[in-house]
Amino acid sequence: MKQGIFTIVQNELLAPSVYRMVLQGDTTGFTAPGQFADISIPGLYLRRPISLCDVTDDKLTFIYKVVGVGTDAMSTMDPGQELDLLTGLGNGFDMSRSGDKPVLIGGGVGVPPMYYLAKQLIAQGRQVSVILGFNTADEVFYSQEFADLGANVTVTTVDGSLGTKGYVTDALKDMDYSFFYACGPMPMFRAVEAVAETDGQYSFEQRMGCGFGACMGCSMETKRGPKRVCKEGPVMDREEIIW
Amino acid sequence: MVDTKVKLTGWELDNPIIPASGTFGYGHEFAELYDINCLGTFSFKGTTRDPRFGNPTPRIAEASNGIINSVGLQNPGVDAVISNELPKLAKVFNKKVIANVSGFCVEDYVYTCSKLNDQEQIGIFEVNISCPNVHNGGMALGTSCVSAAQVTSAVKAVTDKPVYVKLSPNVTDVVEIAKACEDAGADGLCLINTLMGMRINLKTGKPIIANKVGGYSGPAVYPVALRMVYQVYDKVSIPIIGCGGVTCAAEVLEMMMAGATAVEVGAANLINPYVCRDIVEALPAEMEKYGISKLTDIIGGAH
Ligand SMILES: Cc1cc2nc3c(=O)[nH]c(=O)nc-3n(C[C@H](O)[C@H](O)[C@H](O)COP(=O)(O)OP(=O)(O)OC[C@H]3O[C@@H](n4cnc5c(N)ncnc54)[C@H](O)[C@@H]3O)c2cc1C
Ligand SMILES: Cc1cc2nc3c(=O)[nH]c(=O)nc-3n(C[C@H](O)[C@H](O)[C@H](O)COP(=O)(O)O)c2cc1C
Ligand code: FES
Repeated sequence: MKQGIFTIVQNELLAPSVYRMVLQGDTTGFTAPGQFADISIPGLYLRRPISLCDVTDDKLTFIYKVVGVGTDAMSTMDPGQELDLLTGLGNGFDMSRSGDKPVLIGGGVGVPPMYYLAKQLIAQGRQVSVILGFNTADEVFYSQEFADLGANVTVTTVDGSLGTKGYVTDALKDMDYSFFYACGPMPMFRAVEAVAETDGQYSFEQRMGCGFGACMGCSMETKRGPKRVCKEGPVMDREEIIW
Repeated sequence: MVDTKVKLTGWELDNPIIPASGTFGYGHEFAELYDINCLGTFSFKGTTRDPRFGNPTPRIAEASNGIINSVGLQNPGVDAVISNELPKLAKVFNKKVIANVSGFCVEDYVYTCSKLNDQEQIGIFEVNISCPNVHNGGMALGTSCVSAAQVTSAVKAVTDKPVYVKLSPNVTDVVEIAKACEDAGADGLCLINTLMGMRINLKTGKPIIANKVGGYSGPAVYPVALRMVYQVYDKVSIPIIGCGGVTCAAEVLEMMMAGATAVEVGAANLINPYVCRDIVEALPAEMEKYGISKLTDIIGGAH
């Protein structure tokens, strides 16, 4: 983990109430896809955890949905503004388990962390499939960006307005894959759990006090004992989760 | 050169800055960030007889200028603290530490403190009779003079280390409880623990915290803590560790003028992990600003 001051270089609407923020600064805190940052928002006491969507030598990309005061405040920020971030939080995805043909499953704002994961896995020569689940065509973002990385992209929408009609599991059912990585809402996790045929990893969310393991605010019971979502998580192995 | 040393019942600290229990774990997360030997000492996570997972989640809610938590004393239990946490701590921290101990009945405190008593690494006990997040014991023991005194004297009987009792602000008269602890043999006091609070999620219409209520702390409670330290200082003659909402060196001085001998910093560590190191570094200059050359000179100076 590192603390640093970052400068906003871009903050733009991607889909209704979903924004992409690009920040410039010392990005060396991040060591794995699936890690997150804890962003300090002027005027609010607690930092806001947001997953790493992409990282380069000097820039971080985050994609966030406006759901409350903090994300609303973020959406009104302009390039040039500085933000205080804790970076490189959490364990991140274990890429060594991916096998040759991993599938990455993102639901809604569970999509962003899959981007840097896909990028890294493709760089390692894996044949990556991505399933992006949304409610309706308007909400869809990043399908082209994933395709540009060289991933095999399937979009699902609940109303069938784009891609496969239904849920991510409707696409997953017919796929041949070596391992899965999933991030999204709990109902999506339960559905994936019911149909997935390989080992996999899920990235969890929890309300956090600190984001770096100090407060025990975010704990979760697992088959391997209690874990802190912010420290031993947010990524958990399929086999350790108590449903 | 200013003198920042303070003394807690014969134990000299290089400075009065102490990360508060529950916001500093057993030190490791912070030792990865900075050399924690710069601290006066720190108070480790509330430790109980048996391992505890704590309360269901969500355990955290934001509130104006503060945090509400209902962690519920998650800790690995006293045996694991002795076999794992303390040996690990010894590698990164060469000072003595404050053992924050909690329980559900008098016997729990006695059991845990007896087990920890011969640990060289422990300077003093901080007996937490003020945790608002457990249903039996915890704060219930700290809200009556009789039970507060019972816990104090029972723990005193099984240890030769100084016993500081950590008090709850969720009482009608904190001074009465403080005096009861002093009369029962407490070597010092720590105040305050968190104030009971809650938040409701407007979208669901239900409490945000699974346990419904939690303990409120952070900058918002600072004036409450300061006032309680001030009132208690007037009526007891044992040292007080002031705690509640402190985030900077100026507030450390203010807390000491109210009557604190040392000062704990809690929630601020969660927001800025370097805050205690920063306060330690800022303290000498802050003292000079007010012409203070010896920190102990200002204790209780506001009275
Ligand atoms: C590890 C992790 C990664 C995340 N990654 C992303 C991401 O990439 N994109 C994205 O849009 N969202 C992400 N979230 C969810 C995001 O943290 C919340 O939407 C955000 O904190 C809401 O803040 P708010 O002030 O707008 O909402 P409010 O409801 O006003 O927030 C009040 C408090 O509750 C907390 N909170 C509210 N919802 C959540 C939630 N779902 N998870 C955790 N804390 C919450 C807030 O942090 C804050 O402390 C992630 C959460 C976690 C734990
Ligand atoms: C997340 C969290 C966990 C806490 N756990 C404990 C604990 O285990 N034992 C204890 O005596 N106090 C505990 N406290 C209370 C703090 O030690 C401190 O008394 C209180 O938070 C007031 O200080 P602050 O405003 O600086 O946070 C906890 C506080 C927080 C925020
Ligand atoms: S949020 Fe504090 S331990 Fe995870």
